[in-house]
Amino acid sequence: MSTAQHNIPPSATEPAPTLTALFWGFSSVGLSGFGGVLPFARRLLVEKRRWMTAEEFNAQLGLCQFLPGPNVVNLAVIVGKRYQGLWGALVAPLGLLAGPVLIVLVLARLYDHYGAWPPVQNLLRGLAAVGCGLLFAMAWRMARAIPQKQVFWPFTVFTVSAIALLHWPLPGVMATGLLVSSGLAYWTLGRK
Amino acid sequence: MILITLFLEFAGLSFVAFGGATALLPELHRVTVDHHHWLDDTTFTHLYAIAQAAPGPNVLVATLIGWEVAGLGGALAATLGLCLPMSVLIYGLVNHWERYSGQRWQQAIRLGVAPLAVGLVLSGATLIAQAADFHGGAWVIVLVTVVLNLRYPALHPLWLMAAGAVIGLSGGL
Repeated sequence: MSTAQHNIPPSATEPAPTLTALFWGFSSVGLSGFGGVLPFARRLLVEKRRWMTAEEFNAQLGLCQFLPGPNVVNLAVIVGKRYQGLWGALVAPLGLLAGPVLIVLVLARLYDHYGAWPPVQNLLRGLAAVGCGLLFAMAWRMARAIPQKQVFWPFTVFTVSAIALLHWPLPGVMATGLLVSSGLAYWTLGRK
Repeated sequence: MILITLFLEFAGLSFVAFGGATALLPELHRVTVDHHHWLDDTTFTHLYAIAQAAPGPNVLVATLIGWEVAGLGGALAATLGLCLPMSVLIYGLVNHWERYSGQRWQQAIRLGVAPLAVGLVLSGATLIAQAADFHGGAWVIVLVTVVLNLRYPALHPLWLMAAGAVIGLSGGL
């Protein structure tokens, strides 16, 4: 435990934010991003409010991306806990989600009322096509960033075949894929 | 009863959501459309489109699905289900994390997860195209979006979405 605390340098920056500051800070992050808000979280935490340094941010983000689940929500929990303990860990994600959830619920009610109307259906179809394109682009970018492509791309093919073509349940596919793929990565890391 | 089912389904999914809610799209579809028949294909793609166009983290697609299935309670149950388990876990783990950072097994998992996450996002894209039953015009929009987004990363996706919405409104997709 004591070593863990040694490794986290004290924040070289501003005084610890209050619960109110955490709530509104993360609200602004949640409301400013479309299709992912991580860059905005970084801008707020590191550049605008200086609640953490860039190195601290990267280290904490590492843990969030290592674990499954919504990365930004996990990050809010970490930052909240760090400055205001349990209450902070509750208030920061609440701030992050409250505004966007309210907006999306208003949109959902509108959809319930007008969703069957042909122009709305056409509009959503256009949006879905763009959303689909953004996903393909994102996959392409992620695939380009993978090191040792000839070793690891087969696992991408495996995942697409199992999920998109064969419609197998995700938990089993991920467990199997992760075991073999990480095992292989562990082995290649040892050869260096 | 349905609220508990929703919460448990989404809580279970959160443990395999490597790459966040986006990577979870195919499984969300399998569970809510194919398995439980809570939604149909068209509604599912519409909800995805709305979530894309609204500000906020990607988790919101779960909020929308929850709302369509069981109203306000459903929206909360689905959102909490997806967020709570990992939040609790991370709350407990964060102080121990530094000790293990950089170790070989950790690097190995990070390397190993990446190609699977790519596969999940790719499957999500394929799934939206299938569920929305895209034809000629829609595929052109998909392709143009991919090219513009990769060539001009500074171009805000919101502009592309606005263009897509207007083209969609004109009909013929």
